[in-house]
Amino acid sequence: MFHSLGKYILLLRLSFRRPEKFKVYWAEVMREMVSVGIGSLGIISIISVFIGAATTIQVAFQLSSPLVPRSIAGSIARDSTILEFSPTISALVLAGRVGSSIASQIGTMRVTEQIDALEIMGVNAPGYLIAPKIIAGMAMVPLLVIVSIALGITGGYIACLASGDVTPADYLVGVHDGFDGLTVRVALVKAVVFGFIIASICAYQGFYTSGGALEVGQSATKGVVYSCVMILFADLVITRIML
Amino acid sequence: MIEIKDIYKTFGDNDVLKGISATFQTGKNNLIIGGSGSGKTTLLKCIVGLHEPTKGDVFFEEENFTDMDFEQRVPIRTQIGMLFQNSALFDSMTVEENIMFPLNLFTKQTKAEKLDRANFCLERVNLAGKNKLFPAELSGGMKKRVGIARAISMQPKYLFVDEPNSGLDPKTSILIDELIDELTKEYEITTVVVTHDMNSVMGIGDNIIFLHQGQKWWEGSNKEIAHTDNKELNDFVFASKFMQAAKSKL
Repeated sequence: MFHSLGKYILLLRLSFRRPEKFKVYWAEVMREMVSVGIGSLGIISIISVFIGAATTIQVAFQLSSPLVPRSIAGSIARDSTILEFSPTISALVLAGRVGSSIASQIGTMRVTEQIDALEIMGVNAPGYLIAPKIIAGMAMVPLLVIVSIALGITGGYIACLASGDVTPADYLVGVHDGFDGLTVRVALVKAVVFGFIIASICAYQGFYTSGGALEVGQSATKGVVYSCVMILFADLVITRIML
Repeated sequence: MIEIKDIYKTFGDNDVLKGISATFQTGKNNLIIGGSGSGKTTLLKCIVGLHEPTKGDVFFEEENFTDMDFEQRVPIRTQIGMLFQNSALFDSMTVEENIMFPLNLFTKQTKAEKLDRANFCLERVNLAGKNKLFPAELSGGMKKRVGIARAISMQPKYLFVDEPNSGLDPKTSILIDELIDELTKEYEITTVVVTHDMNSVMGIGDNIIFLHQGQKWWEGSNKEIAHTDNKELNDFVFASKFMQAAKSKL
């Protein structure tokens, strides 16, 4: 375990070595941002609306007491969406979508000697392949989380309109009441950390792939599993520190 | 000129290379031959720095490559071109982008100059006009030729070629060998080819090193190889009936 941790840290250090030509690396960062951000927008939008809607209905179901104002359902759904569902579930979905793609792409490059070809040319392969993915992950996951929060809260509103468990007006009052900016800051910190975890762990798994197609698949699976575990662990740590 | 001195390479308990020394001359095709598992590719990877030798040194024109760190190796690496066994073209890039890739990173040429160089390299390997194709759209022989075009794009002083004929039909193999030979002689490149293709050995082997059980077993030219009395080399080179028949006519 310590051997792997050491290799992971050394790989990260190599990844952030001074680039040979900034312009070429910048183009890679932009390409990865499009791949991570635009490419994941669809799935993130869909899950966010459904999770927001389901959360609101469940909160309304649990707060059926006449002593509790109905608007509280909006507040709880909002905070749950901002603090937990949007950052964490989005990150878990992104680990599957983006992380497996990163691990299999880099792993395939390794087993087909494309990484060797980069190194022979004098290119810092970790820097060229991994750093743009980490930067893109850390930049785009927070943006996706912001979109997810907005759509999650909208999903809750749609659920109110459709089910009538809570009136839309009560829901909106709840969403506005007692809003604390700290929750959004916590969500963004989580998103940045999760973006780093997904890109770096999956890139590490891909970079040290050896063998053939079977091992590339195994690297992708390991990358996703380890990323998910680390996301949940980081979620706990950040929540404990910041709240 | 490249000189290797007393190269050892061990993986765990497995001693793959056992004290190999050799000199690879400029403007010549230097072939490393040997049976499967004899250490040919490992030796090539030690020379270019993809593997670090367990012991021994590699010199590029008197400069000790083994002692250098990553940054120090970059100027030498920009003078190295390499054709990999499976070509190792970047899947996500077109033929043209593959060839221009090292130019983009290591030169200050304008886009037009880089494009001119890419077109020249493609013409040189008889693939003019194939700029916009992706590697997946190329045949095995075409991939090898694009690999060569990429390898020569930076006008290298050293060309390393790993199994250039693997997976190719005999006619295409000969074309690839001729191309390597022409480029070596035309641009005075120090070329090191790892192969077990006997047509290559007899056709372009200016200087041949035969590896056996991780050791240098024999060294000479393609003219000398037919008359050697080295048993292991004879068993390797003249293993097929065709080669035995060819030998009897020499």
